[in-house]
Amino acid sequence: MISFTVNGRKRAYKGPPFKRLIDVLREDFGLTGTKEGCGEGECGACTVLVDRKPVTSCLVPVCQMEGRRIETVESLGREQRLGPLQSSFLEHGGAQCGFCTPGVLMTASVLPKSTAGDPLAIRRALSGHLCRCTGYQTIVESVAKAPRPKPRSRKR
Amino acid sequence: MRGSPGSMTVLRPRSAAEAVILCAKHPGCLPLAGGTDLMVLWNMGELNGRRILDLSGVAEWRAVRKTAAGLRVGALATHAELRDDAFVRREFPLLVQAAAAVGAAQIQNRGTLGGNIANASPAGDTFPALAVYEAQIRVVSAKGERVIPFSEFFAGVKKTNLAPGELVSEIEFPFPPSRPRRQLFRKVGTRAAMAISKTVAAGLLWLGPDHRVRELRFALGSMAPTVRRLRAVEEFARGKRLTTEVTAQACNLMSQDVCPIDDVRSTAEYRLRVSQNILAAFLLG
Repeated sequence: MISFTVNGRKRAYKGPPFKRLIDVLREDFGLTGTKEGCGEGECGACTVLVDRKPVTSCLVPVCQMEGRRIETVESLGREQRLGPLQSSFLEHGGAQCGFCTPGVLMTASVLPKSTAGDPLAIRRALSGHLCRCTGYQTIVESVAKAPRPKPRSRKR
Repeated sequence: MRGSPGSMTVLRPRSAAEAVILCAKHPGCLPLAGGTDLMVLWNMGELNGRRILDLSGVAEWRAVRKTAAGLRVGALATHAELRDDAFVRREFPLLVQAAAAVGAAQIQNRGTLGGNIANASPAGDTFPALAVYEAQIRVVSAKGERVIPFSEFFAGVKKTNLAPGELVSEIEFPFPPSRPRRQLFRKVGTRAAMAISKTVAAGLLWLGPDHRVRELRFALGSMAPTVRRLRAVEEFARGKRLTTEVTAQACNLMSQDVCPIDDVRSTAEYRLRVSQNILAAFLLG
């Protein structure tokens, strides 16, 4: 059994230890916000946070997640109550087809303070994400104009 | 075909001692560190049925620490940890720049220096930096420990000189003899992030008071089956002033130590020309 938290909730996983984190999130826990793009760690669509750091969940076997804190796009807000970053994407057209969006949001949710509002720094920080719609300009705008999040509480 | 989780056996040692015992007991097991290379193959269905030695629980091999002789990096330290380490930033800046050029943030957060080395890609972005810093690779097996100079670690494309049962435990970086006058790291890929290098360079240069070259170290990746120090260029430059003429001659000697190929990412001609341009710019300051 492998124990970890997902979006603040304790989870115990009992399936095959080499299942990929993305498949565990989607299939075992029904968290289908996380998308699989390339399956090679190149496109960033499947990005989630592990201990507050963005990682591509298609390259993570779940056996390495013991005791870790995992966060997916579902942690950023709910349909009727979007988080500030999500609202900014909505307002500034940061999502087109939407497939890359959950991953971009996760990386953007932990941008270092030094990147605040600096488009070049934001581009660099998001360089591990591909948008097939090529909507980069509005993605960067959405991130730059999002209100700075208050320090997130550790609990939920 | 995709990877089939049910077909895999995972061994999860909790200490270095346990890791080497398991590695000896299960010949043919695949060591797993950050998984940024291994999982790509696995996703393609190429590793089904294999036994995985998951090293992520071996805490002893994670540390990045300063020693009297230089720097010691645990094989399981991530590129992000190297990139962000204050001591590494101050003393081994090329290693920081190289670590920051690996993939992008998500890969740097998972990929490890030891895994990068053991994977032995000809295009490993950290390798030119390791070559010019003359790193030493500490490896361990159930039989004991040994140290392999980085220049002798690779046997070819995706091949190392690790003996069966040996695992990379730490990478040591001796302090350079003095502060280099000039240093360079440069990766050339199709785009800045997430690209496999067409060529990747690292250089260190020490000049004497008379502006003659005291020592030059220059290494290239993606230009041969393994990373290469440009021994002929380094030897030629020693004791010389770096005039336009000397620089041109040095660049002509580059092909003695590399043998670039045409492949999906680039051509031999482009690789050589760009690498020569990088060397020339470095030597001319």
